Amino acid sequence: MGAETVPYGRVTQKAPPVSDVHIVWITAGLGCDGDSVAVTNATQPSIEDVLLGAIPGLPRVHLHNPVLAYENGDEFMEYWYRAERGELDPFVLVVEGSIPNEKIKSEGYWAALGTDKTTGQPITTNEWIDRLAPRALVVVAIGTCATYGGIHAIEGNPTGAMGLADYLGWDFKTPAGIPIVNVPGCPVHPDNFMETVLYLLYQASGLAPMIPLDGVGRPLWLLEVLCTKAATGPVITSRATLRLNMAPRSASSNSVVGDRWSTATYRSAAGPVVSAVVPTWEASVSGAPCRAFRTSSCRSWTNRRVASFPPPQSAFMARPLLRCVT
Amino acid sequence: MATATKTASPTRKLVEMNWDPITRIVGSLGIYTKIDFENKEVAECHSTSSIFRGYSIFMKGKDPRDAHFITSRICGICGDNHATCATYAQNMAFGVNPPPIAEWIVNLGEAAEYIFDHNIFQDNLVGVDFCEQMVKETNPGVWDKAQSTDAPNADKHGYKKISDIMTALNPFTGEFYREALQTSRYTREMFCLMEGKHVHPSTLYPGGVGTVPTVQLFTDYLVRLMRYCEFMKKVVPLHDDLFDFFYEALPGYEEVGRRRVLLGCWGSFNNPDICDYKYKNMTDWGRAMYVTPGVVVDDKLVTTDLVDINVNMRILLGSSYYETWENSEIFVKEDPLGNQIHRDHPWNQTTIPKPQKRDFDGKYTWVMSPRWYHEGEAGDKKHLALDTGGGAIARLWSTALAGLVDIGYVKATGRSVKIYLPKTMSKPEVEFEWKIPKWSNAIERDRARTYFQAYAAACALHFVEQALGELHAGRTKTWTDFKVPEEAIGCGFHEAVRGVLSHHVVIRDGKIANYHPYPPTPWNANPRDIYGTPGPYEDAVQNTPIFEENGPDKFKGIDIMRAVRSFDPCLPCGVHMYLGKGKVLEQRHSPMFGMY
Repeated sequence: MGAETVPYGRVTQKAPPVSDVHIVWITAGLGCDGDSVAVTNATQPSIEDVLLGAIPGLPRVHLHNPVLAYENGDEFMEYWYRAERGELDPFVLVVEGSIPNEKIKSEGYWAALGTDKTTGQPITTNEWIDRLAPRALVVVAIGTCATYGGIHAIEGNPTGAMGLADYLGWDFKTPAGIPIVNVPGCPVHPDNFMETVLYLLYQASGLAPMIPLDGVGRPLWLLEVLCTKAATGPVITSRATLRLNMAPRSASSNSVVGDRWSTATYRSAAGPVVSAVVPTWEASVSGAPCRAFRTSSCRSWTNRRVASFPPPQSAFMARPLLRCVT
Repeated sequence: MATATKTASPTRKLVEMNWDPITRIVGSLGIYTKIDFENKEVAECHSTSSIFRGYSIFMKGKDPRDAHFITSRICGICGDNHATCATYAQNMAFGVNPPPIAEWIVNLGEAAEYIFDHNIFQDNLVGVDFCEQMVKETNPGVWDKAQSTDAPNADKHGYKKISDIMTALNPFTGEFYREALQTSRYTREMFCLMEGKHVHPSTLYPGGVGTVPTVQLFTDYLVRLMRYCEFMKKVVPLHDDLFDFFYEALPGYEEVGRRRVLLGCWGSFNNPDICDYKYKNMTDWGRAMYVTPGVVVDDKLVTTDLVDINVNMRILLGSSYYETWENSEIFVKEDPLGNQIHRDHPWNQTTIPKPQKRDFDGKYTWVMSPRWYHEGEAGDKKHLALDTGGGAIARLWSTALAGLVDIGYVKATGRSVKIYLPKTMSKPEVEFEWKIPKWSNAIERDRARTYFQAYAAACALHFVEQALGELHAGRTKTWTDFKVPEEAIGCGFHEAVRGVLSHHVVIRDGKIANYHPYPPTPWNANPRDIYGTPGPYEDAVQNTPIFEENGPDKFKGIDIMRAVRSFDPCLPCGVHMYLGKGKVLEQRHSPMFGMY
């Protein structure tokens, strides 16, 4: 191709300083894989947008997630061992599911992935976190379980489930100086997660500064605006997975706006994780932050607001029909 | 790759191979096999689970009204099936009956779940096992044949050759793969319209739903449903072509993943005209469901009675990391009809975990062994290891044989199920007919999944009409009030996407005293029980013939993968499969378990 056929505008396209980034995604916490499933629903950006290079300026991205991987077994696990040996640098470590306490029993395992070739016993999820977290570019906890313990941190669970930061320490930082990035939600809002990944890829490419996080590790821009609507009444939303499902500061919650009852797990001031059953609408109107709907994600059909909850049972056509509240 | 030379068997040379984890399923699954490469056959198999999360323990003492919010978190792809089943159990325990429009809304939400979930599993996860890249790497001969084989239904789906279908299924780069992924998104929107949030719903409650029924709600659902109907008119013939081709290209492929026909279906989609959630009437309202509950043994329908199904459930131990509960309390001695309830029934189960080293000669899994007690013909094992076949095949088989469902859009004929999809934007009306297959095997489980996607869509059309009828008549109240009783029992029966689902609850002092959910995967993925009966995966993988062209060095185990994925494993508690005792000549991939 001659120089004259090269588009003039190509000068705007710069090769990223890092050519390849791997995403190593552990789903073997105590979880339900619901966050992996939710992320298949992301459109802003979608997984295929990122993997097929549909966004300019990014390195090539290689995703190693068990729900979507082509490879099986040893071929799949090879990426874990390579990450451990430093052969996948830089890699993003995504952790899904609560972290069990493997020390509260004499033998066996609560959660594991793969088999130790010398002992023949399963390799615990905690062991993988110990091996990979200190080598990762950044560690991202996805969903309410991995971020803050979630439903499995409920009272009475013998596994001692906790959040990733409870396990690694709230002051944990990767060698690149990045703290744990928490993207909560049960399941995570897919666009919140993919947008966070996108930000981190920009950061890895030198195109964005250090990711801004709030006091409990959440990307600041996802939560900086309080949803004022929650103060006047719950919003029933049908967004595929919920942007409103945000935990109050210093607490994790499985509560969902619109639920009548829910179980919330809180980190108490003293440290241990406790759970409580709360009427959710109460929690949601009492100052739990939620982000305002953004134009890009506010599809007219997705958000239905009701004036009170439970919704009024007025006659057909007499009720307020609100397509969009923003 | 580790290799170990072992004592030679006089008759068979078995090579131990493992895949851990099995990807493209929900949950962590590992497979440990011993393969007889000379005779091209899997010799033996064990199944084991890698994660314990403690639901049945931490449910104790909780408010029963929380049961659906908590148990939804069992599963990240069909959590709403759990939530729904938990509300069914609560409805029974609380003595509350939701208004019809609430039932239609739940049915619409659950139909959308089948529609979405089967879609993404079939074409984004299972489909990769049949894609160009995989077929080239495992069976180059089959790929060659696919390139010269015309697709019989090309006019319906647009792919001229079978190889074109395979190329379209390549992960991410394949056109049909991406179309299916996008379909999974707008069908999840359908779900969210009804149940608020995927995968853990926000608008389901005992006594009804929090969804606001409006014209807009049902319009938004219907337009997406019709888009999906159009999509299914392409997908059913596409999968028929692909699956038929495998039988043709690989004679004998019907043996892959084949096991005896032992199918369970607990029924789905309640009919609010009949269903009152009272246990004493459960036989009648069970038979009124739009997917008929039933147990199919060797193509015979041995029951369609939910009371019969309930009373004969047994949870056995044998190879699982738990202690027995023979000294624990019996919560329910008899059901409300006076039937005796066994100690091993979920109502009476006490979960006592005992973490320990994995030992394939002893305890090797977190999964217990659910069985269905049946006094069959002489010589038949009494504790039947029913499977769900990934859900769809059992639902269609049971419904077809029972011959009870007739709503126009779907009709059970006794030997088949007819599924009608009306005219859509660019395709005329279509009637599909799922006929009872000759085998319960990998291909037929997969094929049934496609047909059930159409079945669920056809049912949803009926439910939209019924819901709109209620709305137009002004009957828009979506719940019935209730009080939580001090003492009660309840059970819910439903179909999770991948098969039978039951929730059993005992309430004392207004709190949960015992709670045991039984999702499909424990039925499918369980280990050898106390009587030595292997679980369905173990059973189906054992003696599966190997058609892969690769030898041990490049072996991908594709036939085993297809056999296992046909069950739609959904194990946020993992499953490991392992070949048991057998003389091992050499060991590859990794030395396992330190037991040899």
